[in-house]
Order: sequence, then structure tokens, then C-alpha cells
Amino acid sequence: MSLNNLQLDANISDYDAVYQLIIDMHKGLNDEESQLANAKLILTLANHIGSTQILSQATLLVRQNTISWRDEE
Amino acid sequence: MPYMPRQFEAIIPPLEQLNGHEKAKIVVVGAGPIGLALALDLGLRGHQVVVITRNTSLSEGSRALCYAKRPLEVLDRLGIAEKMLDKGVSWNVGRVFFKQRKDPVYSFDLLPIRDQKMPAMINIQQYYNEEYSIEALAELDNVEIRWGNELVDLEQTGQQILAKVVSQSGGYTIMADWLVACDGSSSPTRKMLKLNFEGETFQDNFLIADVKFEKEYPTERHFWFDPPFNPSQSVLLHKQPDNVWRIDFQIGWEIDRAEVVKPENVAPRIKAIFGDDIVFTFEWISVYTFNCRQIEKMVDDRVIFAGDSAHLVSPFGARGANTGFQDIDNLGWKLSLIIQGKAKKDLLESYNEERLLAAEVNILNSTRSTDFITPKSKVSTKFRDAVLQLSTTHEFARGFVNSGRLSTPVPYPDSSLNTPDYDQWKGGISPGFNCLDAPVKLNHSDGWLLNQLGWDFCLLVISPLYHEFNRQEINNEIEKIRTVTLKIVWVCDKKNLDDEVLIDERQLVAKRYDCQQGGIYLIRPDQYVAARWKKFDPKKIHIALNRSLGVRDNEPK
Repeated sequence: MSLNNLQLDANISDYDAVYQLIIDMHKGLNDEESQLANAKLILTLANHIGSTQILSQATLLVRQNTISWRDEE
Repeated sequence: MPYMPRQFEAIIPPLEQLNGHEKAKIVVVGAGPIGLALALDLGLRGHQVVVITRNTSLSEGSRALCYAKRPLEVLDRLGIAEKMLDKGVSWNVGRVFFKQRKDPVYSFDLLPIRDQKMPAMINIQQYYNEEYSIEALAELDNVEIRWGNELVDLEQTGQQILAKVVSQSGGYTIMADWLVACDGSSSPTRKMLKLNFEGETFQDNFLIADVKFEKEYPTERHFWFDPPFNPSQSVLLHKQPDNVWRIDFQIGWEIDRAEVVKPENVAPRIKAIFGDDIVFTFEWISVYTFNCRQIEKMVDDRVIFAGDSAHLVSPFGARGANTGFQDIDNLGWKLSLIIQGKAKKDLLESYNEERLLAAEVNILNSTRSTDFITPKSKVSTKFRDAVLQLSTTHEFARGFVNSGRLSTPVPYPDSSLNTPDYDQWKGGISPGFNCLDAPVKLNHSDGWLLNQLGWDFCLLVISPLYHEFNRQEINNEIEKIRTVTLKIVWVCDKKNLDDEVLIDERQLVAKRYDCQQGGIYLIRPDQYVAARWKKFDPKKIHIALNRSLGVRDNEPK
């Protein structure tokens, strides 16, 4: 794995636990708060990752994937 | 309003000028900070300069308030920075507020810049800068300021410019070799030449109130995001000399400009921040709409644009006058060498190339600040709010807070004047970047490196104790290739009996220039690095010097 490339191979040992962590983060929050929480999570992880290059690969991937679903929604 | 700008008598040119065609080398249009700085730069280089301005007074109000380090270094070369530092104020503590929370979400200390002559920034009213420039210009016989003389038309013949000027006693024409338009954002010169000024007008307005409080307040910068007294918008408070405070209110698009600046309408805004008991007087009130715009080219044959006439940005980050001073720094030496016949007119292409790049970088920075301060969508509002909320407890998030990034010099890494590195460097200052200051000793007294580099090209020879360059050899070889003034500045880290050598006692020059093993920098007159080498090679220096004069390698010089 290159340090400058986004990890796209499966990389989590317990997917269910990680998924639950994200859902639990929102427990008891209203919609506004949930949106804030999501933004804070992204910002916190972005700081952890620290690499503009990796983040730009991730933002591009997410954007393209989202746009590709446009017609089907 | 207690502040009254200083007035000047309108100048009535002598009759012979009104009757005949007056000749001038350089006409500068506009006597704001940028026009005056250029007049000083070219005047101190010994050129004849005529400054014309339709105005008859100094800046009305504080306007360009914040002066950053690099522009201060430029003004120091021009001889007025020390006066500005004496008068100006600096702040170290900044506080960021968000919504109704009374306490700041966080506060920070601006660490002072260590071991450089100029501070990161100072606040001082624009009219002081203008006043100091005018005082310095009064010492020069070769510069004339004509107050109340307006440029009304101009024609370019290819060889010269016919500038039609109107004064109180009638019109006259100046035949000029060069005309530099420093006539501000609505530049009449730009309009006369029908040059595009593309960009966008932001649908927003700012109200500036300069006030004097009866009570003392701590010298701090306060920035409010979305406070209850100005919902969904920002407010900035910072201090100026003479105990004046500037408060910038973002006030949105739908406003009645005449109403909004009336003292009776501004007073409630001040009271909403400081309480009903606050006692204050107004110094100046103004409103403006901000633009991010850039001229299509900064040089049109013999007419050159500098400052706001060429580029406009939002006020966040103090990038207006600060950028203009750096235009002047870039332009002064080039124009001077062209007038002296030591460089070709083509050298001005690099002014266009380098300073349009700087304008672009400024617009990028300013747009980013605007997006943070006034988010354009629901999701960007959420991210902005998320950053500010996280910042209360987590320092890492504070880096995202953008209330304007202080202007820093724009590097020109791809400039055609640079010679790319030939040797391996671990750090230091790459070609196209500006020189860093450092303390040095000269003749046992304390001084600064940048002050020693001077006004011309400079060969900075850094030779620590265990890597001595042969001074006699360098002096002799440089003598043979000197086509323009090229000063040699010697830096050594040990006591040297020779008076001309700068002593780098703490080895800060060696460190900052990655020259612990010795090295040679070719530095442009605007203190940007043109080229650098680990070993002395006069041939390489010759080629690099020509290149930074705009001469391509294969052309004979």
C-alpha cells in the first residue's frame, strides 16, 4: 500500500462494529445535530489522515459515486 | 466626524507647460499608497517622476489599515517603515466568538516573528502611510506631485504616451515614455484603454465604523461569526493608533447606502456589542461592496497597472494595499533598468506574469475566506458551524477557522526569470521565493540582512568558517560579467577583520539559506531568489543574471 494513495482494499476487521459506532454516534440527536456530527466526524478524520492527496482521492470517489446514482434515485 | 484628511493646494502648472507639450519620463497616475510608493521607489533610484492626481487630500478615513511583514520590508527599503512601526499598533491576542456564547470559542496568541526586523503585521491608518511617503518625497527634487491634476484622456503612439491632463487653469498634454496607473479600483486609465476587469461582485456590503471609546479596551482582535447582534453575518473589531477602533460589520446586500452610514443608524450597532452605557465618538463611517476582479493584462504597451487598478479582493486577509506594495517592489527595478537601457522592454512581461499570478492567489485565498465566513449553502453552513463548535475544545480544528489569512508573499516558482537549482539543496530559499531576513553584525553593530541586500542585483556569498570562498577570485570574476549593478554581500560566521563582511554570529543566515556548507545566491532587486549554487562558477552566474534580466540563454548580451 502506498502512503499517498487511498486505501481501497477491505481494511476493517469488524465491519459491523464500525458501522454500529457510526450509527450510535447519532443516537438521540435531532437532524440538525446529526448533520453537525457527520461534519465533525469528517473533519476529525480528515485531520487524522492529514494528506491532501488522499483526501482528494476520497472526495472525488464519493462525488462520482453519488452523481452516478442520480438517474436511479 | 473628528477626522479631517489633510488638504493640499491644487497645483497649477506653469504657463509654458500649458502652452506646449511637456515631456516626462514617467507619469504616475494616483497619489494613494501605491502611487506614492512607486514615486518613492523610482525617485530614490534617481528617475524623473511626475505624479498626477485629481484629489487634493489624503485618504478620507483609515481604509488600508493592516500592513503585513513583506510590504513593511518593502516600505523599509523606501525608508518609511520605521515611522510606521513607531506609530502603528500590533495585536498579539485574537479571540474568536460564535453565536450567542459570551466567552470566546477560543483565543490565540500570535507568536512574534523571531529574529527578523519586521513584525508579522501592524495596524495603522492609510493616511499615515500616505503622509510619510509625501514627507519622504518632499526630499526629492526629481519627483513632483501635482494635486488637483486629472488625467482625462490618453493616446499611445508606440514610442510614447500623450496624456491629456486637466488642472484648475486648463488642460495640457504630457508626452511621457511610461505611465503607471495607480488610480484605484475604478481606474479611469483602465477605462480609457477599455481593458477588461473580470471577476465577480459579491452580493454583500461592509459597514466600517472607526470609533473612539472613552474607556480603554485591551488591544485584541475580536472576530464574531454569526453573533446575535449581527445574525448570520460577521463582525470584526481591531485597534488602530490614536486609540481608534475599527469595527467592520458585514451587512448583506439589500441596504440603503445613504441611510446605513448615518451615525444615528450606526450607534445602535455599536451599543448592541458593547452595551447601552458605552461612551464613544465616531471618527469615520463608510460602506463598501466587495469585488474579486483582475485586469486582463497589467502592461498595455507603455501603460502599466499596479495596485487596485489591476486587482481587487475581499477585505479578509488584508490583501489590497499589501499586494499593491509588492506590485511596486516587482515593477520598480524592472522599469528602472529598461529606462536606463540596461534591459529590454520585454522584461515587463515578467511583471505581468508574476503579479497576475499573485492576484490569482489572492483571489483564491479571499474566495476561500468568504466561503467560510458567509457559507453559500446549508451544507457549508453545517461544516463551518461544526468547525467552530469543535474548536472550543479541540485545537486541531482551529486550523480550519478562516476569518481571513494574512497576506504572505506569493512565490514565482515557474517564473521565466528563475534559473532552476543545479545542486542538491536540503532547504533554504528556492528560486522564485523571497529572501528571509536574519540578524547580522556589521562593524560590530547590529543590523539586518535584508537592509544589506540593497536596491540592485546582489550576490549573497555565505561562507562559514570551514568553507571559505576565495574573495579575491570572486571579486575579479564578477567584475568581468557585471552588465548591471551587482553588489556582492559577504556573510561569514566568525569575526572578520574586514569591514565589508557581515557576521552571522548565530548562524541564522547559514541555516535559513541552507548554507552551513557554504553557498551563493543570486538575488533580484526585489529580494526574490533568482538562482543559487553550492560552488562558485562565474559562467553560471552570468547566464542566470542575464536570464533574470529577461535575456534568453542563447541571446548574446
